[in-house]
Amino acid sequence: MVRDVFTVLAVTAGGFFFLAGTVGLLRFPDTLTRLHALTKADNLGLGLVVLGLLPRMQGPLGMLKLVAIWLLVQLAGATVSQLIARAARPGGPPP
Amino acid sequence: MTIALALDAGLAVLVLAVASWTVGARATFPAVVGFVSYGLLLTLVWVRLGAVDVALTEAAIGSGLTGALLLGAAARLRAGEAPAEERPGAILRLVAAALSATVAAALAAAVLFLPDPAPTLAPAAAENAAATGLGNPVTNVLMAFRAMDTMLEKVVLLLALVGVWSLAPDPLWGGRPSPSHQSDPHGVLAFLARLLPPVGIVVGIYILWAGADHPGGAFQGGTILAAMWLLVMMAGLTEPPPVSRRRLRLVLIAGPAVFLIVGLGGLWLDDAFLAYPVAYAKPLILVIEFAMTLTIAATLGLLLAGPPERKLGR
Repeated sequence: MVRDVFTVLAVTAGGFFFLAGTVGLLRFPDTLTRLHALTKADNLGLGLVVLGLLPRMQGPLGMLKLVAIWLLVQLAGATVSQLIARAARPGGPPP
Repeated sequence: MTIALALDAGLAVLVLAVASWTVGARATFPAVVGFVSYGLLLTLVWVRLGAVDVALTEAAIGSGLTGALLLGAAARLRAGEAPAEERPGAILRLVAAALSATVAAALAAAVLFLPDPAPTLAPAAAENAAATGLGNPVTNVLMAFRAMDTMLEKVVLLLALVGVWSLAPDPLWGGRPSPSHQSDPHGVLAFLARLLPPVGIVVGIYILWAGADHPGGAFQGGTILAAMWLLVMMAGLTEPPPVSRRRLRLVLIAGPAVFLIVGLGGLWLDDAFLAYPVAYAKPLILVIEFAMTLTIAATLGLLLAGPPERKLGR
């Protein structure tokens, strides 16, 4: 019961961050602020979803896999947003 | 209405919406972006249908690799792309609409008038699953029951690479494909290209190995390995090899060659081409899959690297 409540709360909070990130991506005025919105969805949103799903996994191996997915998405997201930000910066290299 | 049904319906609507958006996109670049998201949505559809093997392939090849190929093509075309201003005449558009409607109607008819129950070989495949010692029915079909198709697929892949290479002008033949990106050796991309490949190589080999009993296999594993190689090449940490290098060509033909040798061996030891002796079925399939993974990784990487653009020795 406690685990269910925890999962529902964490996944809902994660979903909220995804929603907020998407709204930001659509509404923010320029590339850098949009990137800011997007990375929030990636880091916090997915992180909370993963956190909420952790108690659902059967064993520690499944939990490790979930956390590894989150870390890999973080790595990819951070790298890509750096590259996009550099390309978007005035005087930066062409995209 | 259950939640699962609502999810499926939403997914179907989304796939259709992204597909029509992609078809309607005027410029090349947005169309490619639409195509990639369409592929990722299709991956989810395959997962919902329970076809995880197909989902993995769709994500790796259909969306990822094809998307990267199309992005490269779009980047090359960008300079010469004329703004789409010439509009076809009314008659041409009417004919095109009629043709499209006919094709759509024919497809719909084909789906609607399928015999019931649909013709299927699935029970036969399931019955004989034990013969190969593999637990994944998809791998069974790919590597044993329809091995001929899989072998010819690899030959087609090789032909595609030869097609790409043949775009090289004569003086550059045998040289290196140009690096598609000039990047800072201390930049973010180089950092990622140092950090990710160890993880990616382990995952690629795991997916190949798990393919015997779980979703996965040579194609999906090979694509991940190719992606790691491409990442390292894009970051400028390594050069694409000259296409005339002997070792590279040996790797490129390893998969089909091992497949052919085992197939001919079946003709000699057993009674048919590609018939595996039952006692050695699993080891033989594994040997073929390993050779194929190497070939697939090299071929896909070189397909994306493009035709030779620099002379040998520079």
